[in-house]
Amino acid sequence: MSGREEVLARLRAARGAVPPASAETPRDYRPAGRAADLDLLVDRLTDYRATVHRCAEPEVAEVVDAVLGGRRIVVPRELPRRWLPASVTAVADDDLSTAQVAAVDGVVTAAAVAVAETGTIVLDGGPDQGRRLITLLPDVHVCVLRSEQVVAGVPDAVARLDPRRPLTWISGPSATSDIELNRVEGVHGPRNLHVVLLAPDAR
Amino acid sequence: MSRTFLGMPGTAPPGVGHLRGAEPFPAAARRGLADPQLRRNLGHATTTIRAKSGAVIGELPDWQALREAGSAIKTDVLTRLPELLEQLEAAVTAAGGVVHWAADAVEANRIVTELVAATGSDRVIKVKSMATQEIGLNEALDAAGITAVETDLAELIVQLGEDRPSHILVPAIHRNRAEIREIFLRAMPGVDPSLTDDPPALAAAARRFLRETFLTTRVAISGANFAVAETGTLAVVESEGNGRMCLTLPETLITVMGVEKVVPTWRDLEVFLQLLPRASTGERMNPYTSMWTGVTTGDGPQAFHLVLLDNGRSAVLADEVGRQALHCIRCSACLNVCPVYERVGGHAYGSVYPGPIGAVLSPQLTGVEDNASLPYASTLCGACYDACPVKINIPELLVHLRDRAPHPRAETAAMAAAAYVMDRPALYAAAQRAARLSRFAGRRGRGLPPPLSGWTIGRDLPQPPARTFREWWAQR
Repeated sequence: MSGREEVLARLRAARGAVPPASAETPRDYRPAGRAADLDLLVDRLTDYRATVHRCAEPEVAEVVDAVLGGRRIVVPRELPRRWLPASVTAVADDDLSTAQVAAVDGVVTAAAVAVAETGTIVLDGGPDQGRRLITLLPDVHVCVLRSEQVVAGVPDAVARLDPRRPLTWISGPSATSDIELNRVEGVHGPRNLHVVLLAPDAR
Repeated sequence: MSRTFLGMPGTAPPGVGHLRGAEPFPAAARRGLADPQLRRNLGHATTTIRAKSGAVIGELPDWQALREAGSAIKTDVLTRLPELLEQLEAAVTAAGGVVHWAADAVEANRIVTELVAATGSDRVIKVKSMATQEIGLNEALDAAGITAVETDLAELIVQLGEDRPSHILVPAIHRNRAEIREIFLRAMPGVDPSLTDDPPALAAAARRFLRETFLTTRVAISGANFAVAETGTLAVVESEGNGRMCLTLPETLITVMGVEKVVPTWRDLEVFLQLLPRASTGERMNPYTSMWTGVTTGDGPQAFHLVLLDNGRSAVLADEVGRQALHCIRCSACLNVCPVYERVGGHAYGSVYPGPIGAVLSPQLTGVEDNASLPYASTLCGACYDACPVKINIPELLVHLRDRAPHPRAETAAMAAAAYVMDRPALYAAAQRAARLSRFAGRRGRGLPPPLSGWTIGRDLPQPPARTFREWWAQR
């Protein structure tokens, strides 16, 4: 008997009688579809030590200049160039080596979705977000978020995301609860998370 | 002892892994109770986490509905486990992963060791995983000349301190900041001798120490919090970013997962991603959750292996009452509210699964004979049931397992004798009169004499009355 057949046979024997048609899971919790509250998102992000900048789209370069001016950064290939000030040295991620990515000071990306209730941003590896590694090794992550990407709760985010893409859910800077069960920021991931929340289009 | 027959549910084999303690719970608990520093550390940590968790759970108006949904999804999973695992296997394979099946710890260790050896690497980085601790994977790798580097901060503290984990979520919960500083100064190569016990400074020391290892190791081993049958998506929930490092940087990723971690649909994650962080670290969301489906060209490991582990889970599934222990999502909320755990600490339970969930899971995985004292490691107060985000009725399971545990021969004989006497009114009256004589036997407050003394070590012996109710009634 192969390992596969052995494990499956054991589980079939253990389960007992052939299962009845599975009952519908009770889902009486708040479903997707509530309106997203941008102020709540800002409150939650700030509570977990992310720095939030609210501005209009043309002002993004000014924010990046204030956070990363004079430093070397990596950016995903299709990040809008108008977000980058002249004061940063930006390297596009054309299959850079791990060592090259580890050597830069920061990274600027867009995002896929953000969850207001939990203060979470989700990256899905899209062309304006890049490979997972570029948002992991640099110590400063600036993430630009469009207001229509903000959803109310976790069910809304799950409904919007494509599970076939590599997903990274980020809630504040790297942290640990391993010392006396209290949250301490700054372990292996970026120790500084800046979220640039763009004002809704005035159109 | 486990005796396994082909294709029949089997318990976890002895002699490998960490499910059995060296001594029974009462003996190990006595050592924990005698350590005032341990009790202070645990009292401080569990008080902190209870307050944090309570506050963020209170923010959700639908917490109870989420618990109901989580429990119902897990119940459904257990009735369809073989089919869901086959579906998961097909989805992972279609996305470029390779699925392996391990009936027990020995097979899982062999599979993983061979996979690592085939890469030619003699070092692996690990992200904290209960399953690989359970099967003793690090020891098996070590025997094959492969170094396993634990990258979770608490695991690192345990590994450097040559210690044992004592909590599911925070394996070094029994250490305070001053002790952690001492361990780092003693055992961390290249550590700055002026290191303080400020928690951010301790975290920064771990960051510096592991950075080069992350960047140069070609193989990683992880566990999994969830695996979605419908899509083949795996999820790892973490805080520090060491998980992201392990899941992103190496060329080869090997994930070892207990079979019960599978969930049917992608949508089911909307329930567990709300339950787990709030019940576990008391956060609205943990800092990092990584999800991946097979292999993504140009991003992350280009070889992915998933090892599906039984190791006693089929035996747990075979018990219709006991199987709800397989609902567990390893949040550790039950440890943090348990008055017994808070006083004796995790080492007393002897298994990698301590606390209330350990007291019901370990005996079922090994067969209750091998962990016979654990179902008694509880006052049955029920706080664990209230705290459990997937509503495992731990007190009910404890009582169920006490019934199945072997009882000492003296206790069985005494109970049979008591039943015989209570069935016969004349004998019972005589026994009551005889018990009264013990008032003069000089043993008050000292319990019963051997061989019955075992019964009164943990129980007060009621003082026999001067006059029984029957005597009082007869004289009215």
